[in-house]
Parts: sequence; C-alpha cells; structure tokens
Amino acid sequence: MCYLTTGKHMAFYASFGTVLLLLAITAPVALGFGFAAAMAARARFAPLSWLGKGYIAIVRGVPDIAFFLFFVIALDQFFEWIRHEVKCPDWDQPIRQGSDFVVCQAAKLPLGNAAQWVHETYGFLLAVLTFSIVFGAFAGNVLFGAMRAVPRGQLETAEAYGMNHRQSFWRILVPQMWVYALPGLSNLWMVLIKATPLLFLLGVEDIVYWAKELGGSKTARFTDYPHGDWRMWYFAALLVFYLVFTWVSEKVLSRVMARLTLGQATTGGEAQRKAA
Amino acid sequence: MSCWATVQEYAFRSLGFGERLLPRDDFTLCQQVTLIGSGMIWNVYFGVVALLFGFFLATAVALGKASSNVVLRKMAEWFIFIFRGSPLFIQFFFAYFAFLSLKQVSDVFDALPSAWLGALIVLFLNTAAYSGEIFYGALLSVPKGDMEAADAYGISGWPRFRKITWPTMLRLAWPAYTNEAIFLFHSTTLVFFSGFPAWQQRGDALYYASYFADKTFNPFVPYPILAGYFILVTLIIIGVFGAVNRRLNRHLPVASRPRFRFRPTLLR
Repeated sequence: MCYLTTGKHMAFYASFGTVLLLLAITAPVALGFGFAAAMAARARFAPLSWLGKGYIAIVRGVPDIAFFLFFVIALDQFFEWIRHEVKCPDWDQPIRQGSDFVVCQAAKLPLGNAAQWVHETYGFLLAVLTFSIVFGAFAGNVLFGAMRAVPRGQLETAEAYGMNHRQSFWRILVPQMWVYALPGLSNLWMVLIKATPLLFLLGVEDIVYWAKELGGSKTARFTDYPHGDWRMWYFAALLVFYLVFTWVSEKVLSRVMARLTLGQATTGGEAQRKAA
Repeated sequence: MSCWATVQEYAFRSLGFGERLLPRDDFTLCQQVTLIGSGMIWNVYFGVVALLFGFFLATAVALGKASSNVVLRKMAEWFIFIFRGSPLFIQFFFAYFAFLSLKQVSDVFDALPSAWLGALIVLFLNTAAYSGEIFYGALLSVPKGDMEAADAYGISGWPRFRKITWPTMLRLAWPAYTNEAIFLFHSTTLVFFSGFPAWQQRGDALYYASYFADKTFNPFVPYPILAGYFILVTLIIIGVFGAVNRRLNRHLPVASRPRFRFRPTLLR
C-alpha cells in the first residue's frame, strides 16, 4: 500500500488531472477557434474568407503529430522573437546564426532564472495553444459543413422577414446548425481524448512520462520498493483509463445512432423492426 | 558534395544501406529532402502491409459484429472497442513493453520488440478494428431490396455473401475506407516516437524530420518537407482507391455512385 502512495505516485495521479485540465481548457478554446474560422470562411469579404478556408484546409492532409511538433517550436520562437523585437531594439546581430536561434537574455521565455513551475506551466500553456490551434481547424471544418447543411429555405425565410445578414446568422443559422454539427463534434471530442498522450511528445510531464518513469526497473539502492520492469502494467493501467473514458461517450453515440437507423429501409433498420 | 552524391549516400539510409553517419553540420536542403524521403520507405511499408492484412481481418470482424452468434458478436465488439477506444500511442507503448516481457519468456518472440514486426502487428490490429467498424456500418446499410432479390433468385449462404453482400458492402464502405487508409498512413509516424527504438538511427520520415529540427533549431524546413511527402502519399492513395471505387461502382450510373469526401478523422 505504501508503494502506491509514494511522492512520485502522487505526481503520477496528479498528471491525470493535467490531462483532464488540458481537455477542459482545450475543448472550449478549440470550439471558439473553430467557430471563428467557420465564420471567417463564410464571410463575404474575400480575403477573410480565404483566411478562414486556408486555416481549415492547412491542417488536413498532414499527420497531426508533425503539426504538434512543429507548432510547439514555432510558437515558442515566435513569442521569443516578438519579445526580442520589443525589449531589445538595439540588438544588431541576426536572430538565426547558422543553426542557432539567438535572442537577447531579457526576451527568453520563460526567463532563464525563472522557477521550475514557471517552466512547466509555460510548457503546458504552449501545449494547450497547440492543441487548440490544431483542433480549432477540425472544429472549424465541422462547423463550416454544419452551417452549409442548414436548409436554404430557413435563411430565405429569414430574409423574407427582413432580417439582415447578421441577424439571420445569429438568430436562424447558429441555433439550427448544432443539430448537424453534433455528430462531427462528438467524434472530435473522442479524437481529442485520444490525442492527450501527445502531451508527452511536447515535453510535458504527463501520464505517459510518469508511467515510463515509475514502471522502469528499480534497484534497492535508490528506492525502498525495488521491482522489475513493470512498465507493461503501468501502460495497461493507462489503456484502461482511456477505455473507461471513451466508454461513456461511446454509449451516448450508439444511442444516437440507433435513433437515426430507426425505420430506415436498410438491413440495420430491418433488424430493428424484426426485433421489435 | 553534389546533390546526386547525397542521394546516392542517403536514399536507403533508413534501411541501413549507404553512409552510416547522419549529417552532423552544414545541413543542406538536399540532405533533408533525401533523408526524410528515405524515411518514407518505412511509413509506406507499415501502411501498405498493415492495410493489406488488416482488410481481411476487418471483413471478419465486421461479419462477427453483425453475426447472430453472441460469442462472436461480443468478441468482435470488444476487439473494436479496445482498439478504437484507446489512443494508438498508448497501444504502441503497451505493446512494446508487453513484447519485451514476452521476449524474456522464450526466444521465439525475439523479433517482436523490433519495429518492423511489433509496430506492424499493432498497426494491423488497429486498422482492422477501425475498418471493421466501417465495414460493419456498410453491412447494415446494404439495401433491403438487394437481399430480397437474392432470396427471390434462390441465392443464399456463401454464394449470396460472395456475390451480393460483400461487393455491396465494399461499395458502400469504400469512401470511408479511403479516409481510413489515409489516416493509417499518417499514424505510421507515431511508431518511432512510442517506445519502438530506431535501431542504428534507421527511422521513419518523422524521425529524420525531428532529427533535423532538433539539430538546426529550425522547424520551418524539415516539417514542410515531411508535409509535402505526406500530401504526395495522400494523393496517391486517393488515386488508387478512386480507381477501385470506380471499378466497384461500374454497374451504377455516375450520378448515384458514392463519392469520396476527404474527412479528417485524424489521430487515433
């Protein structure tokens, strides 16, 4: 029992909280990004529409893990470059010196003398931002499709009632589109849950990190609880954690699916009819 | 060193041929393109082989899930749930450490912890689960009239499955299956980031891309190169699967054929 309550195990349990926190922050932020992107893509002002469509399109066709690796470095350098331009205007050397990225001391993010927790929080926030950008594009794609799925007649009726573009968008289109967006968004939620182990690749000390750390062989010299290679069991525990997590979502989805199949002239609908 | 010389040295580096040492400084664009392209060999290998074997298991899983036998149905449902419900990343980690412990049990399992077999097994099972679910959905959507027509002609059992159910199922599932194939290729990039070691630095495209990004502190060159390669692969898959789709639907008028639509399901 004492083994499961060592300090490192407590950090392991806390990292589950990190994952949940990531989900709690990323989901609304990504939805906001997606909504903004879908709105931009629908805009009548052409450059704004290109911007929205470009944002939605650019994340497709490329493995997302490459995006995660790319964005974290790129965002980090981008922030440091901005701070560099603001804080050290009289710096005369180029930022890229061969294969080094050099900014002045004051522009380092986080500052070189900052506490450990600042570094960790900064890394975590960078990860949240990366997740939000990538998933915002997916959500934008779903919402853009949902907006186009709302029957034309509804918008035409709104125009006939004398609503302007803005009014018909907020009062007619947005309340109706959620029905069409729901399947795509719930799918996205599942994907987001399953994307959380990538935190490990972004350098955050998440559950994967701790599972590797705690599971590795320990000799009696360094710990009171020596054991062999238990990493397999730690990862089995993670597997179960994710399975339970997705299980609930899966249940809800199958309910919705059953409702949609009901009464259709297909083998599935036929099986339901016979069972009833 | 000319670009052609670089290509000769590094084109098959990911398989262990050519120059042993990776470039350490003065990285040229040519080196990056060649090495990342060399890594693509692994991505294509994992993708093609897993897809090929996964197709057959997926058909079996779909039939199992649609079967009236409770044991078969439960088995198929659990198989699909376990592989679709957990992140592929964690599956790789778990499988790698499970294979490591198996290796200590007997020499028979010696090859399992190496990427070419171990990761392939995980990808194979994973794609079988995902495509099994797609095929199962298509199986439920086989038009009722087709089955009734088969009954009327006195076709039943294996011939009915072989000649009517299966082709119709494939025809209906194909657009979704094309997406699945694309994302299988994308998820092959996870292999060398999840426990499976790149022996003697023989890695896949992302392995080399991140190698360059780490060495040069400049993500703006290697990752776009990687993206370019993957867009190329995606276009090839769309081309090949589109040809198959046309063949499956050749009896239908063009307007009523199911169309492929690129839908990013992404990460597993």
